[in-house]
Amino acid sequence: MTTARPPGHEEARPYVRPRDRWWFARRRSLAVFVLRELTSVLVAWTVAYLLLLLGAVADGTTERFAALAARPWMVALNVLALAATAFHAVTFLNLAPKATVVRLDGWRVPAWMIQGGNHTAWLAVSALLAYLVLRSS
Amino acid sequence: MAAETIRLDVARYRPEEDAEPVLQSYEVPLRPDWAVLDGLAHIKDHLDGTLSFRWSCRMGICGSCGMDVDGEPRLTCGTFLAEYGAGPVRIEPLKGFPVIRDLVVDIDGFLAKLSSVRPWLVREGEEPPLTAEYAQTPAQLDAYKQYSMCINCMLCYSACPVYVLDPDFLGPAAIALAQRYNLDSRDMDDRFDVLNLEEAVWGCTFVGDCTRVCPKHVDPAEAIQRYKVTAALRSVLPWSGR
Repeated sequence: MTTARPPGHEEARPYVRPRDRWWFARRRSLAVFVLRELTSVLVAWTVAYLLLLLGAVADGTTERFAALAARPWMVALNVLALAATAFHAVTFLNLAPKATVVRLDGWRVPAWMIQGGNHTAWLAVSALLAYLVLRSS
Repeated sequence: MAAETIRLDVARYRPEEDAEPVLQSYEVPLRPDWAVLDGLAHIKDHLDGTLSFRWSCRMGICGSCGMDVDGEPRLTCGTFLAEYGAGPVRIEPLKGFPVIRDLVVDIDGFLAKLSSVRPWLVREGEEPPLTAEYAQTPAQLDAYKQYSMCINCMLCYSACPVYVLDPDFLGPAAIALAQRYNLDSRDMDDRFDVLNLEEAVWGCTFVGDCTRVCPKHVDPAEAIQRYKVTAALRSVLPWSGR
């Protein structure tokens, strides 16, 4: 036998919101996050481009590669890729303190020091690479 | 002179008559010391007794009154009406959770996730007598204390796009709770089996909004990223524990 429930005591029928296709446009922090994720595509392009360059050096076809690299659309693409890669690298290094908690004799190293160390190391490695590449040319 | 008021647009969902939530407007007094929760209580007590919402302590401790206020997950007891100028203020249930009625959401899934991470001190081997103390140094306490401040308000889940898109994601608070025990010197577990999963730490894309909205500064995003490092090291180095 079933008994009718009084008003206000009907069986629960929870409402589930439909998926929001534009979730990333609802908040600035989400839009910045998606933008950062999209820069990964240009980071991947940068890696592919450097591998092509290494291949050209190995094959002795650097002149043909240089001609391709000098085309206006390729220059524009690489300028965009450089900006995206720099943005990706800076934000990645800034997030590092979240994954690495460093304690020295109980004292927690503040985030800005870890970030500063990362950026300093990045600059040092970049300067070393630039020195080695420019010296050989 | 008439008292100053502010309009609250409150989501109503009455399953017996509504197919989906609808906004209902109420005018409530605008007082400098009134939180959004006070406005809702005014509606309940003086304007419309059928409005349903959760609350308890009114002092940011119990975590019951989390709601979406003008698009942001907030504790309504700590969010003041004066922050919204002349209004109106839109108040909706926390995003990402099924709505039972009005501003009340179903938290069964959340509670199941919390218990799935074994949120207690796991000991192995011989137990000391009940009268024994588990002594800790201040540094050992400091290692996990931040993660023990969580009040289970679920704001981090509502802010997390991964959870809103995939309700199976273990979520920020549960992972922070697991880390609260993992980092406790008295605990002997590392909860690898429940955390090293695509639906757990590896599902996190590190948006960071969970940390931004946390009213207790627990920093769940940090807890998740730290465990990613732990899990990665343990996967590569079998002898690497916690």
